[in-house]
Amino acid sequence: MSDSVRNTMYFAGVALLIIITGFVQSWNTALFILNFGLISAIMALGVNLQWGFAGLFNVGIMGFVALGGLATVLVSMPATPGAWQAGGAPVIGALMLGAATVVAAVILMTKMKAGKLRSFSVLGVLVVGFFVYRGLFDPAVGLIEDIDPAATGYLGGLGLPILLAWPAGGLLAAAVAWLIGKTALGLRSDYLAIATLGISEIIIAVMKNEDWLGRGVKNVVGLPRPAPYEVDLQSNAAFIERANGLGLDAVTASTLWVKLIYAGLFTVVLVILFVMAQRALHSPWGRMMRAIRDNEFAAEAMGKNVTARHLQIFVLGSAVCGIAGAMMTTLDGQLTPGTYQPLRFTFLIWVMVIVGGSGNNLGSVLGGFLIWWLWVMVEPMGSVLMNFVTYGMTDGYWLKDHLLESVAHMRLLTMGLVLLLVLRFSPRGLIPEK
Amino acid sequence: MIDFLNAFVALSNFVLIPAISYGAQLALGALGVTLIYGILRFSNFAHGDTMAFGAMCTILVTWLFQSWGISFGPLPTALLAMPFGILATMGLVLFTDRYVYKFYREQKAKPVILVIVSLGVMFILNGLVRFIIGPNDQRFSDGERFIISVREFKALTGLKEGLAFKTTQGITIVTAVIVVIALFWFLNRTRTGKSMRAYSDNEDLALLSGINPERVVMVTWLIVAALATIAGTLYGLDKSFKPFIFLQLLLPVFAAAIVGGLGSPLGAIAGGFTIAFSEVMITYAWKKVATYVVPESWAPDTLVQLLSTDYKFAVSFVILIIVLLFRPTGLFAGKSV
Repeated sequence: MSDSVRNTMYFAGVALLIIITGFVQSWNTALFILNFGLISAIMALGVNLQWGFAGLFNVGIMGFVALGGLATVLVSMPATPGAWQAGGAPVIGALMLGAATVVAAVILMTKMKAGKLRSFSVLGVLVVGFFVYRGLFDPAVGLIEDIDPAATGYLGGLGLPILLAWPAGGLLAAAVAWLIGKTALGLRSDYLAIATLGISEIIIAVMKNEDWLGRGVKNVVGLPRPAPYEVDLQSNAAFIERANGLGLDAVTASTLWVKLIYAGLFTVVLVILFVMAQRALHSPWGRMMRAIRDNEFAAEAMGKNVTARHLQIFVLGSAVCGIAGAMMTTLDGQLTPGTYQPLRFTFLIWVMVIVGGSGNNLGSVLGGFLIWWLWVMVEPMGSVLMNFVTYGMTDGYWLKDHLLESVAHMRLLTMGLVLLLVLRFSPRGLIPEK
Repeated sequence: MIDFLNAFVALSNFVLIPAISYGAQLALGALGVTLIYGILRFSNFAHGDTMAFGAMCTILVTWLFQSWGISFGPLPTALLAMPFGILATMGLVLFTDRYVYKFYREQKAKPVILVIVSLGVMFILNGLVRFIIGPNDQRFSDGERFIISVREFKALTGLKEGLAFKTTQGITIVTAVIVVIALFWFLNRTRTGKSMRAYSDNEDLALLSGINPERVVMVTWLIVAALATIAGTLYGLDKSFKPFIFLQLLLPVFAAAIVGGLGSPLGAIAGGFTIAFSEVMITYAWKKVATYVVPESWAPDTLVQLLSTDYKFAVSFVILIIVLLFRPTGLFAGKSV
């Protein structure tokens, strides 16, 4: 069986799984799985860039995804009236001052000779900078957050079309990735892992607590949409007629139609990114990356700048995750920083990449769809299983109740098991790297 | 003078005691990470969830004891249950080692593969803990709540500031001291401990001198299971037991191990306290202490809090980054492979 036949069968299999879900559960569920599957596939592509191409171990994917989500708010929401006048300038000024302080400290650190004088001046710059920053920042933030706190209380965004937020999310994630990469790359692989784990927690903490930026845990709801609203469709005579023509009622038809529009948009992005990743993989640049991955020392001896290349691909991969994050928040229609969980947004993506086949773009896409489908379907499948297991027990028996209640937690168990089994028995994944 | 005493009491109450007990918990966690790193040579991401598993087993046994009416007088029943939790966790880690890690060890897989494998184990343990005990907060502490409470302290000393010393904090500190002494005695004085250190320093040389690697690995896992259970239970007693908290503890625990120097047990302890003290001091509102110390006219009107408590992760992270940049081997010169 040739590779292409096998790959086609894999994808046909996943498509079949989704279609079966459509028949057995509902087409809304099937399209929901498809949409998130598309987004997951993009995230997996991003991680595959870092891990599959370059062997970089990033466990901070959640942070970059969340930054993409933040970008949607910053780009697409209308600016809060009066917020910029109230405290916009001091906040931006304070942030720039904070950045300048850090830059000044770094410059002092590199330019001055090592010694007590250097330590004191660096420390002095940092301490003075911090207090001036807080002095400027805190009152301005207070002013912004006082503006109608129940509805806004944040700066708002630029009021641009939400589709622009997707590349913006990528850029934001790339900028942060550059900062992290500059500090943590070049150290050993475990350190990069722990540094990225930390930075992702910090990004989430910032998004939860800086209310002036994205309303924190009060969430931003009602983001603009690139697709029409279901309610509008349901009152549109032409749409109702077409829906009836297909034998559907207007409500179902409108929800399906909106999901299909999203699916179309996501597919376009996935195809573009996939083609780019494929081209990159087969270009001299991609071969160089794999050479560096397989033997850093040899590549370095050949005159390749390993750290710079690592930084480059780390930024690229994170940008892809940022784009996917922006798309996901667009689909949700709201930014809810409280829902970002590392198990769901970092480690699940890792399972996708490993199961699909690290180093192979097609494999990552497959893994994205397959594992996402599994993630969603474990719960209903688990409850069927548990009903079967507890069939013989009497109702009200504590073990029966407990088992039935705990079905929701079978997801993590299953994912861990899948990851371990694949790593053990098929470490190269479903579609191995050529 | 009284003002300074008051300031010191406030400082002890809000900073020193919490930081010492939190530092002890982190140090115990970091010791486990650092031992795995030294002997098995990978960063074990499942460690947080091993702690959760150990704490969960202890809690279940505690509930059993409580239902039987067994109690430990003024001390929490959990202390009686802890040995059983340790045994269960030992069984678990030996099981995962036998059926998961051993395969990769024999293959001489790259450390990063082992890290990914530990992610899989983390998933399973996390799922298992939630499956068995549920995702919610569990309370299992009983016995006396305070060694000394605010009111008793005020009555005793006549100071304006009160000092509360919770039983759980006292137990944490005492247990941590005992465990650390026992661990160092074991590593430095016993034959097995010495062979562990030899294996950690130079694997090939240790193998040549006839040290059985599987035995070293097994003993390491047993010790790590005990440390993880103790750390998890103490943390659960002191704060509260929530399965997902232990995932978040992973970052400060790793930070402590790296700051101290991965592979160095002494470093793990120093790292634990460094991280704990920085976290507590930077996120504490110093207003209360400051008003006692400075003249009245200088008294601050703000909270004098450097960072809000929500950013405590950021503190451990920043320390971690600074240490990585300027002293990648950590304070106590651990391994830097």
